[in-house]
Parts: sequence; structure tokens; C-alpha cells
Amino acid sequence: MSRSITEYLLYLADNTLILGQRNAAWCGHGPVLEQDIAITNISLDLIGQARSFYQYTAEMLGEGATEDRLAYLRTEREFKNCLLVEQPNGDWAQTLLRQFLFSSYQFYLYRYLLNLPDTRIAAIAEKSLKEVSYHLRWSSEWVIRMGDGTDESHRRLKEALDELWSYTGELFLPAGYEKDLGIEVASLENDWSKKVKEVFDEANLTVPGNVFMQTGGKSGMHSEHLGHLLTELQYMQRTYPGCEW
Amino acid sequence: MNIASTDINTIWSYLEAIKDPEIPVLSIVDLGMVRDIHFHDEELEVIITPTYTGCPAMDMIAASIRAELAAKGFSTIKITHSISPAWTTDWMSEKGKQQLKEYGIAPPNPKQQVCNDKLFAPDEAVQCPHCESWHTQRISEFGSTACKALYQCDECKEPFDYFKCH
Repeated sequence: MSRSITEYLLYLADNTLILGQRNAAWCGHGPVLEQDIAITNISLDLIGQARSFYQYTAEMLGEGATEDRLAYLRTEREFKNCLLVEQPNGDWAQTLLRQFLFSSYQFYLYRYLLNLPDTRIAAIAEKSLKEVSYHLRWSSEWVIRMGDGTDESHRRLKEALDELWSYTGELFLPAGYEKDLGIEVASLENDWSKKVKEVFDEANLTVPGNVFMQTGGKSGMHSEHLGHLLTELQYMQRTYPGCEW
Repeated sequence: MNIASTDINTIWSYLEAIKDPEIPVLSIVDLGMVRDIHFHDEELEVIITPTYTGCPAMDMIAASIRAELAAKGFSTIKITHSISPAWTTDWMSEKGKQQLKEYGIAPPNPKQQVCNDKLFAPDEAVQCPHCESWHTQRISEFGSTACKALYQCDECKEPFDYFKCH
């Protein structure tokens, strides 16, 4: 049971760390200054959430575990994040669509976590939900702006959707640790689908049908992209073990 | 020094000296970050809460609290981080809001105006902290720190930070 809790905490932490790292790569490269600031602010919120989850995990694991060791010294197969968050940034359309698909999932997930008997997880969810609401509003507006914008912005968003959609199915299929803990992930799908459809309708996008859904991330089987991301994220601690500044 | 005889209100006043490193006019007390202070025998416990989960100032604030209280003679200090209930701008004091405005940052509006999840909602009416005009517009929902948004005044043309409701 305790193993399932720490694995689930790592799932929550890894999702936010990896997406935070992805978004941070936009720093200095955003399409306009204000949106560069927006995506990096979102990155900061996500990394803050990751820290809260890693700190709790480290306390539970004991035996010298720390938030830094969990982030910097685990291998690819030990990361539990979903496949969606590790997908490359691509263009702006792909980044913001990934953010929208994930923020909308996170929004309903954190609302669900508020009612968990584990009050520490519920508290992190309560704190983070305020930030996630802001991310969801921002990313929803961008999906609509691009989908309902020019021919080119619509085409780019459509391509991003074709690229990312197959990574959304995994979010609602329980991993072993979710089953053990009784986290009813499938119960989130209705609200999420409704939200996605509502925004896609405004954006003149159609929810893709009949797509083969990729799975594996939640149990540590990742796409080729995660390894590359981790080599950058973990470079300093791997090269200069224990370095501080 | 017999710390247990120190009045709790005096401790609060010591903490008023500690400013948010990002907004050096605003004390952590006026910001609503200090939630409670307790004595446990010889130990003084200060409970603080972050504004945003990723707030990079938390470690520095905790270190400042230790330094300030150590300078006042307290040797055993425990700093506890609490995240529930989640921090809200409603906890900012009126004095704090006034200080923000004088510093050039528009203080947060009362919450009911904001926590609005409607898409493309009209910009909140925010008063320019420089010329007090209400003719302002939002330039960006996100600003120089997690807690701020960027606005510009249509009257005096000055851009300014708005401490957004949360």
C-alpha cells in the first residue's frame, strides 16, 4: 500500500516536473514577450507543485530520499509521468494544445484529490487548483484564438491535435498504483471530454474519433523523448554529483 | 532572556520587519504569509504559507525570519510551512494594499471580481497606481513574478504591475 502511495505521488510529481521543464525551454523564445512570460510563469507553478509532491514522497520514502535526488537521480524507467507531458514543444500550437489537454485533466483531477483521505495530497491539490484554473483559462483562450484564427493558425493547431491526441487516453486508464489506491481515474473522463469539446467547438476543431491510444508512461514505459529531456534536466547532478550553488 | 514571557504581539511586530524580497515595501505579515505563532516551552514556532507553490522567495523568507528572531534573542526557532487553507489575496492587510499602491503596484481587487473562469472575460477594472485613472488595460495575464499581471494606463500611459487576485 505504501509503495502504491509513493508511486502515485511520483506520478503526480513527475507530470508537473516534466511539463514544467518542457515549458521552461520557451524562456527567451516565446512568440511575443507577454506570452513568453506567461508560459514560463506556468512552468514555475508546475515546478512548485512538483516540489510539494516530491517533498512529501521523500518524507514517506525516508532513507535519505530528498526532493532533489528524486528529480535528478532517477532513471527514465523510474519516471511515472504520462506520455502527454514529455512530448516535444513543437511549435506554439503544439505547446499550448498540450498545456490545454493537460491543464483540463489536472483541473478535474485536483478537484477529485481534494476529497482524498490523505490530507497532505488534498492540501497540495487545493493550493495548486488555483494556479491550474489560471492555466486552463489561458490555454483554452489560446486554443480558441488559434483554432478560430487564420488558415495557418488553424492548420498548425489541427496538426498539433493529430500529434497529441493519442497520448490522452492513458490519462483515464488506471495504472496499478491507482487501482490499489482506489483512485477512480475513469470518473474524470466525462468532465474532461465535455470541457475539451466545449473549447474545441469554439475553436472549430473536431474531437478525433477512432484513434489508437498510446499507453505506458504511467508505468515507466516512455516515448523516446523523455530520455533526451532527462539528459538536459539531470546533466549538472550527473556530471558534478552533489553540486550546489 | 525569558522568551516565554515575550508577548505574542511583540513577535508579530518583529516579523513586520521582514519584507517580501520581490516587493521590498511589503512585510510578510501584511502579505498574509505568516499564519500563526506559537510557543512550545522554549521553542518558538512560526507558521508560514507560500503565495504560489513555485514562489522562489520562500527559502529566503524562512532564513530572514530565523535571522530576525535570532537577533531578538530567540535561540530555538521552528518554521513550519503550511499550504492549507491556501493563501489568498484576501489575507493582505489594508495597510499592505496601501503600501503596494504607493510603491507603484496596483493592489488586488476584492476576490469576487476575479475568480472568474469565463473565457475572454473583459479585463478587470484596475486603478492606475500612478494617476488613479480607471482607464487601464491588461497587457498580459502574467507578469514579472507569479503573483502579478501587467497593465497599462490609458491616461498617463505608464505600464504598471497589478498584484492579481488569487
